[in-house]
Amino acid sequence: MGLSTLLNTRSPLADTLTQRARLDALPLARTFGDAVAAAGHRPLRASGISVLQVNVGKRCNQACHHCHVDAGPDRTEVMPPDVVDACLRFLETTDIPTVDITGGAPELHPQFRDIVRRARAAGRHVMDRCNLTITRLPNYADLPDFFADHQVEVVASLPSFAARQTDAQRGDGVFEDSLAALRRFNELGYGIEGTGLLLSLVTNPVGAFLPGSQRSLEADWKRELGRRYGISFNRLYTITNMPISRFLEFLERSGNLQGYMEKLVAAFNPAAVDGLMCRSTLSVGWDGRLYDCDFNQMIDLGTADDMPSTIFEADAAALADRPIVIGPHCFGCTAGGGSSCGGSTVT
Amino acid sequence: MTDTYYHPKDLARFGEIGKEAPELWQKFSEWYAAVFKEGALTEREKALIALAVAHAVQCPYCIDAYATASLEKGSTPEQMTEAVHVAAAIRGGASLVHGVQMRNCVDKLSM
Repeated sequence: MGLSTLLNTRSPLADTLTQRARLDALPLARTFGDAVAAAGHRPLRASGISVLQVNVGKRCNQACHHCHVDAGPDRTEVMPPDVVDACLRFLETTDIPTVDITGGAPELHPQFRDIVRRARAAGRHVMDRCNLTITRLPNYADLPDFFADHQVEVVASLPSFAARQTDAQRGDGVFEDSLAALRRFNELGYGIEGTGLLLSLVTNPVGAFLPGSQRSLEADWKRELGRRYGISFNRLYTITNMPISRFLEFLERSGNLQGYMEKLVAAFNPAAVDGLMCRSTLSVGWDGRLYDCDFNQMIDLGTADDMPSTIFEADAAALADRPIVIGPHCFGCTAGGGSSCGGSTVT
Repeated sequence: MTDTYYHPKDLARFGEIGKEAPELWQKFSEWYAAVFKEGALTEREKALIALAVAHAVQCPYCIDAYATASLEKGSTPEQMTEAVHVAAAIRGGASLVHGVQMRNCVDKLSM
């Protein structure tokens, strides 16, 4: 099955304003602002910055059906060197403990390894959002060794422990390539208790439904990946699909948009608000613009009007308790057990 | 009267059955919720059992609800299909095993 970006297929939803207009036009039982206000957050504000999430660009060797970035091989957006340097200087002048490098396939960025080395030299925990198949390409086959050498936490996408569901979301052959990549990570000690090399898996539902309990699913996945393929990993993160970008296109095309949004609103969990990712993350786009999260980044919802808007003018103190910019898509992070780039937010 | 016996939107109106007997509905709701909580069986396993039973009793509301629940709890379509086969096998087997009763009757009446 050929997968394409919205941009490549000239979909109206390639325009982020169109995406926001479609979501804003949906009749929903209440707004996200009302929901978080009822949970005691008027307005929703950040509570510090513990993660600097750097999106280094939209280039990717895959073009998954659910991708909220609309990443793919045809995308050309890549973080330029001055923005990379500004991100690292910001990191080095703050005490933000974790750098979360994402994309696209972040490893395709020409300065990717320099970013990792410099962040590690600054003593920060580094997470790489890895699609696994990138490590099967000839020029990137040594990535697992590089990650191990620099103690990078690998956060790898795998929607299902079954081939059909994984390939349906990510493209033909991705499942087998992903298994081969995971076996290589295991050989290096990734995902093995006691090695200190963290291998986390991320699963998004393959369709218009919510993820189940992260704790329960993690146990199932450990058993099934071990039993079927002899693969080990440390943690499973369950992430709700956000109703934006290519998943929004799927929801519209399949007639599931209204029902999915109603399900997200009905599943609003006040207990998920405290742990919302946007409250502890600062997200940087490939061009240096600042956002409250990677999802806001992909629909061009920048930081609040009176806040620094680019990494060049970033002020950690001012941003630490900034008001969060919200929209209907935010219900995706508060449904059920909550959802974030680090998985469920409710224990 | 409606022009169809089953309508997907009616599943969301399930609670209306409690209007005439609220205490019984309350007891049912609490018991139902307790049944599906994780215990010796996981929530995923219970959802699969419910899916199989939904097919055995041929309840379209239950099939919708537990097909969705099974996906959300992490079951794959292959596992769900096997669960439906279990239900079908029991239904089919239940018919077939009565053939023994038929044979008993035939044996008693025949020379």
